Amino acid sequence: MKKLLATAASALTLAATPVLAQPTDILNASYDIARELFEAENAAFIPSYEAANGVAVTVNQSHAGTSTQARAILEGLPADVVTFNQVPDIERLVEGGFVSADWQSEFANSASPFYSLPAFLVRAGNPKDITDWGDLARDDVGVIFPNPKTSGNARYTYLAARAWADEEFDGDQAQVEDYLTKVFLNVPVFETGGRGATTAFAERGQGDVLITFEAEVLSAVELLGADQYEAVVPSVSLLAEFPVAIVDKVVDARGSRDLAKSYLDFLYSPEGQRVAAERNHRVNDDAVAAEFADRFPDVRLVNVDDAFGGWARVSEEHFADGGLLDQVFVNQ
Amino acid sequence: MANPRSKHLLPGFGLTMGVSLFYITLIILLPIAAMLLKVGGMGWQEFWRITSSPRALAAYQITFSSAFYATILNALLGLLLAWVLTRYRFPGRRLLDALVDLPFALPTAVAGLVLVTLFANTGWYGQFLEPNGIKVNYTQLGIIAAMTFTSIPFVVRSVQPVLEDLDAGLESAAQTLGASNWQIFTRVIWPSIMPAFISGCVLSFARSLGEFGAVVFIAGNLPGVTEIVSLLIYIRLDEYNYEAAAALAFVLLLVAFLTLLATNILAAWQTRYVERSA
Repeated sequence: MKKLLATAASALTLAATPVLAQPTDILNASYDIARELFEAENAAFIPSYEAANGVAVTVNQSHAGTSTQARAILEGLPADVVTFNQVPDIERLVEGGFVSADWQSEFANSASPFYSLPAFLVRAGNPKDITDWGDLARDDVGVIFPNPKTSGNARYTYLAARAWADEEFDGDQAQVEDYLTKVFLNVPVFETGGRGATTAFAERGQGDVLITFEAEVLSAVELLGADQYEAVVPSVSLLAEFPVAIVDKVVDARGSRDLAKSYLDFLYSPEGQRVAAERNHRVNDDAVAAEFADRFPDVRLVNVDDAFGGWARVSEEHFADGGLLDQVFVNQ
Repeated sequence: MANPRSKHLLPGFGLTMGVSLFYITLIILLPIAAMLLKVGGMGWQEFWRITSSPRALAAYQITFSSAFYATILNALLGLLLAWVLTRYRFPGRRLLDALVDLPFALPTAVAGLVLVTLFANTGWYGQFLEPNGIKVNYTQLGIIAAMTFTSIPFVVRSVQPVLEDLDAGLESAAQTLGASNWQIFTRVIWPSIMPAFISGCVLSFARSLGEFGAVVFIAGNLPGVTEIVSLLIYIRLDEYNYEAAAALAFVLLLVAFLTLLATNILAAWQTRYVERSA
């Protein structure tokens, strides 16, 4: 018995000894369709970090809808950094005390290392002649995008279509809603995430046009073949930022802040920007952007702040239960 | 050596009972209590508003009716399957027997993906069904297919052991007394297997109500048309509306619980009835 107690006591002491060494691994919690992007970023980051610091590190990846990810972190997923596709989900982490309130000033461009926009993927030759947002409401067009309730990606699609309609109908809300209702009625299936929507469109032959981030559209053309699909960039679209943040509560507990910061800084480095551009994301680094200019056609971009008065208002007015989205969405 | 005077067959009744109760509390009761606590945080009116919204009503309708149809299918085919497995000896019987449990082992999301691929217009089933105007993917038929797949083991596994234990002598006796096959089935076999059969069907129904993984891939998830309750719960969670999610979950749980309760009462009544008439 005495021996048992002694063992227990020494085990307790061991457990109480502070961990001196810094962890050499971090977890990046990200959105659904960023799997390949961050695999590529990690493959570039790890050797560059080892060259600079002489330490081999590991970056673990976790992917799901960003709201799901934010909830998982609030409930204990030990993610050191988040790389999301919309601001509100990081704001939830701020409210939960996981991320500091000034996170958007911690990194350049409001903490968004690269950006994209909702664009269209159509079948080769564009048989239904879909060129802009207006075509999505036509009776003969089947439209595929994921459920805006479960996918940040689709929230951009909804907002982009709405921003276009606001201009087109000169702010007449009845016409805007009528247009949006028609678009939603043209959707035969609402997948819960962006990748599911791509699969439904490409592999199961659903619909005539897939709307997702330009990055995913271009990658799909590369992956599935230019003889099968082509990309269509509409005349106007919504700036889709991909905000990143350090999860303070987790890095402080784990002692991984330095590594976490190096990782996010890397996304802004020319090397990190090049990886993102290769994966079809538009980047802010001028030299890299010039290198990949022929890949990205000119498009007029509206941003959420100008068109909708910021994400906080958008969440409340559009995406809350019973909000403007529900009014055009439930109307089946 | 157990005390020969002990009333209980198993030694240490107090201890084993205590451990069992503790385990049930830890695994089942506390999680449910935590959910109820969330529901308790909201007012009655708020609860009513959330659980009776048109969208929620449409989701109940589609979920309950699909679970019902899936259960009917499984009741008929499950009974047949249990019969074949117990009464006949044929090559591959053990394999078939093992296959029945597969839906329990397979991740339901995988099942959903496989079904949606099979029923796509290019898939093995879909290429024959779609030209004939039968669309399964993204319709209620798809939901029923997914529910049927994930819940069939319940009926088979409930009925099978009872059929196996059925005294063959009773059937022979009935036969010698001149009973027809139909009479043997309705008077001798059916009363013995009915309680197990019903409990299997109820479990299958309750399982179908809560099925999420397989269904979301094939349902189409159109609000008011093919949106099931568990997806609506998931959507409310994604809106960080934990209370609304808990309220909807409470409704599902209540229906499942009432179904189970009603069956238990029915089974008790049936047992008494059989005993009295025997």
